[in-house]
Amino acid sequence: MLKILKYSFYDLMRSRWSYIYFLFYLALGFVLLFLFNDVSQAVITIMNIILVLTPLIGTIFGVMYYYDSREFTELLLSQPIKRRNIFLGQYIGVATSLALSLFLGLGIPFVTYGLFQSSEIWNFSLLLVTGVFLTFIFVALSYNLALSYDNKIKGFGFAILLWLFFAVIYDGLFLILLLSFSDYPIDKLALIGSSLNPIDLSRVLILLKLDISALFGYTGAVFKQFFGSSTGMISSFALLLAWVILPTWRILRKSKRKDF
Amino acid sequence: MKYVLILLYILLPLFASAKTIEVCPTCPVSQIKVGIDLAEEGDLIIIKAGTYKEHDIKITKNNIRIKGEGRPVIDGEMVGTVFHFSGSNFTLSGLKIIHVGHSYTQDFAAVLVINAKHFEIDDMILEKVYFGFLVEKSKHGVIKNCIVSSKNKDEAGAGNGVHIWKSSDMLVTNNDLHGMRDGIYLEFVKRSKMTHNHSHGNIRYGLHFMFSNNDEYSNNTFENNGAGVAVMFSKYIKMSENTFLLNWGDSSYGLLLKEIYDAEIHDNEFIQNTIGINIEGSTRINYSNNNFRNNGWAVKVKGACYKNKFYKNNFLQNSFDISYKGQINSNEFKSNYWSEYTGYDLDKNNVGDIPYRPVKLFSYIVNETPETIVLLRSLFVDIINFSEKVTPVFTPDNLVDASPAMKPIPKRKPQ
Repeated sequence: MLKILKYSFYDLMRSRWSYIYFLFYLALGFVLLFLFNDVSQAVITIMNIILVLTPLIGTIFGVMYYYDSREFTELLLSQPIKRRNIFLGQYIGVATSLALSLFLGLGIPFVTYGLFQSSEIWNFSLLLVTGVFLTFIFVALSYNLALSYDNKIKGFGFAILLWLFFAVIYDGLFLILLLSFSDYPIDKLALIGSSLNPIDLSRVLILLKLDISALFGYTGAVFKQFFGSSTGMISSFALLLAWVILPTWRILRKSKRKDF
Repeated sequence: MKYVLILLYILLPLFASAKTIEVCPTCPVSQIKVGIDLAEEGDLIIIKAGTYKEHDIKITKNNIRIKGEGRPVIDGEMVGTVFHFSGSNFTLSGLKIIHVGHSYTQDFAAVLVINAKHFEIDDMILEKVYFGFLVEKSKHGVIKNCIVSSKNKDEAGAGNGVHIWKSSDMLVTNNDLHGMRDGIYLEFVKRSKMTHNHSHGNIRYGLHFMFSNNDEYSNNTFENNGAGVAVMFSKYIKMSENTFLLNWGDSSYGLLLKEIYDAEIHDNEFIQNTIGINIEGSTRINYSNNNFRNNGWAVKVKGACYKNKFYKNNFLQNSFDISYKGQINSNEFKSNYWSEYTGYDLDKNNVGDIPYRPVKLFSYIVNETPETIVLLRSLFVDIINFSEKVTPVFTPDNLVDASPAMKPIPKRKPQ
C-alpha cells in the first residue's frame, strides 16, 4: 500500500498541479497578510476561502485523478496486489498531496509573519486541521462517485453536484427548515443540522473559537455548551473523522466488488 | 473696643475650630469613632496607618475633614455600613475600607452620604464592599480617584460601586470600578458628570442611568461588563469620547438606550461588543463621529424610534452594521463610512455615487429567527445577501445612506 501511496503522491507532484495549488495558497496567504496586516482578520478571510475551496478542489482532484489513472489502475489490478491496497494507496496519496499543499501554502506565510508570537496560533491551527479534514473527506466522497460511474461526464457532474450540495444547497434547505419551524424551540435542530454537514461543522467550530462567537447570542448558549466544551470538541472531531472513515470504507467495499 | 470684641467673638470659633485630631492604634485616641465624637465643626481628623475594626461611624456635624495617612485600613468586619455622613462640606480621603456588611434587605455601603452638600471624596480604596459609595439626596459632591472593587458572582446579592439617588450636580471622575453589580448607578440624578472612569468586569452594567436628566459622561472606558452602559428613561444626556470595549456575551451591549429623548452621542468608540448600541423607544438622538469596530451588530434598532440621526460615523468590520425592526420613522443615515460599501465615486468628491443599504437580508432573517445565526458566513448566506443587495425585496428600501463616505471619517480633536 505504501508503495502505491508513494507512486500516487509522486505522480501528482510530477503533474505540477500540487505545485500550482501550493503556490495559490502561498500567494493567497502573503497577499491577505499584506492587505490586513493583522493575523486575526486574515484568519477569518482564509476561513471563508478554505471552507469553499478545499472541498471543491478535493472533489475535482479526486474525480480527475481516478479517471486519469484508470489505465494504470487496471495494470496494477492485473498484478498480485490486494485491491484494498491499490485504492487506499491512491486515495491517501491524492489526499495527502492536496493537504500538504494547503498546509505548507498557508503555513509558510503565516509563520513568516510571526504567527508564533501571535495569540491566533490555536485558531490558525484549527483552521488548518479542519482544512485537512475537509480535503480528506471530499477526496473520499469523490472517489466514491468515480468508482460508481464509469462514465466520466456523469462522474464529474455528480462530483460538482456533491460539492454544490454541501457548500450551498444544504445550507439553503437548512435555512428553510429553520424558518418554517421557527415557532418551535429549534436550537437542538440547529445544532444537529449544522453538525451533519462537514463544511458547516468546520465553520461553526472555527467561528466559535474566534471572537465572533458571542454573536451566536442566546441560541449560542447551546452551541457553546456543546462545541465549547472538550466533549463537544472531541465529538465534533469524531464526526469529521467519521466523515473520512465511512466514505473510505465504502471505497474499499465498492472496489472489492467492482468488475473492471 | 466694642467692635474689636465683636470681631473677636465672631472670629474666635474659627480659630478654635481649626484643631487637628490624630487617631492611631497607639494614640490616646485609638478609635475613629472617639475621634469623631471629639471633633467640632471645621476640625481635621488624621487617621494614621493601622487597621481599625469599626463600623457605623456616624458623622452628623458639618465641616469635618477626615484624612488617612499611610493608607489606614478600616475593616467593617462584614457587619454594616462603615462611614455614615449626613453633614455638609466634608472631605474624606486616603483610606482603605474593606469588608462591608452584606445584606439582602439593607443597602450597606462603605461610605453612605445622606442629605449632604459640597462634599469631596478623594483617593479611597474600597475592597470587598457591598455598596461602595451610596449617595442619597445630596448636592454638589465630588467622588474622585477611588478604586472600588468586590468579588461578586450573582446580580441579586451584589451592590453598586457608586450609587447615587435623587441628587444633583455630582462629579464622579477618575475612578476604577470592578466586580460590582453596576459600576456607577444613577437614579433621579440631575446635572451631573461622569468622566475618566474605568468601569470593568461588573456583573450588570458599567454605568446605569434611570430617570436622570441633563447628565453628561465622557472619556470613560467600559470594558468587559455584563453590558457597557444602560441609559433608560432619561432626557438630555450627553455621551462623548467614551470607549465601549469587549462587552461580550449573550444579549450583551456596549450601550443600551431605552426611552431616551434628546441625547447626543458623539466621538465614542465601540469595539468588539456583541451589540454596539441597542436602541429601543428612543427619539431625537444624534449619533455622530462614533467608531463602530468589529462588533457583532453595530447598531440594533428595535422599533418605536423616531428622528434618530446617524451622521459621519465609521462602521468598520462589523458582522452586521444595522439590524432594524419596524418602520423607518424618519430615522436618518447620512454621510457615514461603511467598510462594506462597494460603490464608486466618479466625481471624486469623497461621497459614494450610489447609496448604501446597511441592512442585509441575513440580518433581517436572523431578526425573525435567531437560530439561523448558525449559518453566519456560509456561502449560501453570502449569495442571498448579494442577490438582495442587487434587488432589494425584504429589507426596507428607504433605509439607505444616500451619501456614504468613501474614506473613514477622521477622529476629531478633543474639544
